[in-house]
Amino acid sequence: MIYFDNSATTKIAPSVLATYQQVSEKYWGNPSSLHHLGDEAQQMLASARRQIASLLHFDSKEIYFTSGGSEGDNWVIKGTAMEKQEFGRHIITTSVEHAAVTNSLHQLEKLGFKVTYLPVDKQGRINPADLQAAVRNDTILVSVMAVNNEVGTIQPIHAIARILDYYPKIHFHVDAVQALGKNLWSQIYDPRIDFMTFSAHKFHGPRGIGFIYAKSGRKIAPLIAGGGQEHNWRSGTENTPAIAAMARALRLALTDESRHAQLQNQLREQLITHLKTLDNVQIFSGLTTDFAPHIVCFALKGARGETTVHAFEKQEIYLSTTSACSSRTGDESVTLKAMHVPDQVATSAVRVSLDEQNTPAEMTTFIQVLDQIHQHYQVLN
Amino acid sequence: MNYTEIMVRYGELSTKGKNRRNFIDRLHGNVEKVLHPFPQVRIHPKRDRMHLTLNGADAQQVMQRLQGVFGIQNYSPSIQIPKEMAAIKKLALQMVQEQYQPGKTFKIATRRADHQFAYDTNQINLAVGDYVSSHLPDIQAEMRHPDIKIQIEIRLDGAYLSSQTYSGAGGLPVGTAGKAMLMLSGGIDSPVAGYLAMKRGVEIEMVHFYSPPYTSENALFKAKELTARLARYAGRIRFLQVPFTEIQETIKQEVPAGYLMTVQRRLMLRLTDALRQQRNGLAIFNGESVGQVASQTLESMAAINDVTTTPILRPVATLDKTEIIRLAEHIGTFDLSIQPFEDCCTIFAPPRPKTKPRLDKAREYEARLDTTGLIQRALAQTQLTEIHSEEHFLESENTEMVNLL
Repeated sequence: MIYFDNSATTKIAPSVLATYQQVSEKYWGNPSSLHHLGDEAQQMLASARRQIASLLHFDSKEIYFTSGGSEGDNWVIKGTAMEKQEFGRHIITTSVEHAAVTNSLHQLEKLGFKVTYLPVDKQGRINPADLQAAVRNDTILVSVMAVNNEVGTIQPIHAIARILDYYPKIHFHVDAVQALGKNLWSQIYDPRIDFMTFSAHKFHGPRGIGFIYAKSGRKIAPLIAGGGQEHNWRSGTENTPAIAAMARALRLALTDESRHAQLQNQLREQLITHLKTLDNVQIFSGLTTDFAPHIVCFALKGARGETTVHAFEKQEIYLSTTSACSSRTGDESVTLKAMHVPDQVATSAVRVSLDEQNTPAEMTTFIQVLDQIHQHYQVLN
Repeated sequence: MNYTEIMVRYGELSTKGKNRRNFIDRLHGNVEKVLHPFPQVRIHPKRDRMHLTLNGADAQQVMQRLQGVFGIQNYSPSIQIPKEMAAIKKLALQMVQEQYQPGKTFKIATRRADHQFAYDTNQINLAVGDYVSSHLPDIQAEMRHPDIKIQIEIRLDGAYLSSQTYSGAGGLPVGTAGKAMLMLSGGIDSPVAGYLAMKRGVEIEMVHFYSPPYTSENALFKAKELTARLARYAGRIRFLQVPFTEIQETIKQEVPAGYLMTVQRRLMLRLTDALRQQRNGLAIFNGESVGQVASQTLESMAAINDVTTTPILRPVATLDKTEIIRLAEHIGTFDLSIQPFEDCCTIFAPPRPKTKPRLDKAREYEARLDTTGLIQRALAQTQLTEIHSEEHFLESENTEMVNLL
């Protein structure tokens, strides 16, 4: 089996799963309980939070656990809207965001909020000047993803941050779900950022757990009200086993990060170099440093993306049609559409997404199968 | 730079006349305690300064430990070389170059303990200064406020060069002022009071009241953890935990709500004073700040202080809360102090304590209690532990947990 669908999800690491199980068995008390079972669970939780914070050079108080990336995006966006609606009801985002961002904003639009969707260029990147032009007196939030999940484009976070330096009251949210463990931190983190969203299952952690970073001093309304966990910001009994497992997964993901990214870079280069030699192939991802090392999006013209996916699947090779989240609904790729890729090409697009466990041998096999499939289509057309 | 020695200059010691020997011995002992992890370091206390021979220990780590020792004015890491002018010049230049940027000025300052040395102080200053200038033609010498100051000491056993001087903690060596008790609650103020007491050379012993099951074990651990933080300034601190449950329950039954707090504080002070006497302390320190809460109005202080004539010192009495917090942050106790564990002060707090309790009433209500019996029983069950700065009591990183992460 060759698994090239790591942007959809990653396989949980064995030792991470072991942590999940051991914490479930040993520290199963409710961290809010006053007795020692609660104390121990609380300690476990605090240690995990400290580790996550220190790995990313944040303060423990700036880490809030969520159920994953979608909750994080929903929370920062709706939480900002609720918290700051008296100051303004305008939000700026890009036209290539994940559905968790876009659909949260659609909900807010129904409530009367105004949203500006910034256009992107052929590489899927916004122009900071457009952002500058879009800022209004009543803008309360700018939400920009760090790494695009469909084509791997890295947005110009620092340039955006420099513009927002002049508007200190605007919340700056970065969806960094695709960006961890890829040696991109210096490109996607800026001190001006107020909120960041992360999800564990994108870095070999368990499903159903994630966290947001909320810069000290910035406030959003809770989305989930209740017993007052997470400093009253996010209620619900803490998922101690998943949180501890995530802390471990994050540590592993950041260990040897640059070497891992280098490996993925090589595979990406191997693939893109080969794709360039084929006719009737359009490549949407770049080889430059402003693309993430692990995502390659391309179209084999003349075949629908899902056909290509199934053709690969027959050889036990797994990839996806752009975003896995929207692939079952049959909608064409949001990102490619925003990049003005014609519909018939966009529907042919597939996405290869790598991680550090993939090997050059796997890529060689992939390329052989790709050639066969490509040849087959060429004949048919 | 490969430093071979750290030169420590004393603080106020130099003004202390005949007590000098005592001060230096005490400082020697305190430095020895904090350098316990570096057995290879040799300490040579001299009349006007202390030389620490590193013998391979890491200068940065040693200096970090010195940072917390009271009685040190400043210290300089230095390098020992043979007493040869060529070597001295070369090293001096190297030290200047390490800090030099265009526009910076320098000075060579020599002290000569070895009067047999071929050159006198001025000759050395001139020769080394000339050598530096000839290699860095743009550098200016500046005698009053140089940016770079190279200190050269010619001693019997060699030449010592240093280019950096770091400020120490100041104050007086802990222990030189005698011993006192500190009433440690676990809040923000009392650890700061303890720090200030130690800064003036007082050796403190912690008195902590705990009331299980009204207070959790974590409240006790927090007090101990605070003690460990403060032990960085003293090497180790003794911690007395005094059971207070019976006293609190009795007071609650016998005393009207408005005077609960006043009588409770009187009993705490009586206990502390009894412990002070047992342990040969001279005074009592606490973290009271005038007017901060009901028990800290002048009326309250008068009604509570009534139980003893022992000096009660309140180092933060006139500080604002923000000033106290700044100090707490500086000494690293703030984060701990604000952790929310019920302590014995908050748990029996009446809804409306008297802010202006009357002394006669306080005495009258206290007289209803079997004070002697209560105090005797509490003292009998008081536990003494010694707490070192490396110890952890609260949310210590449990290795089993850390291994899971």
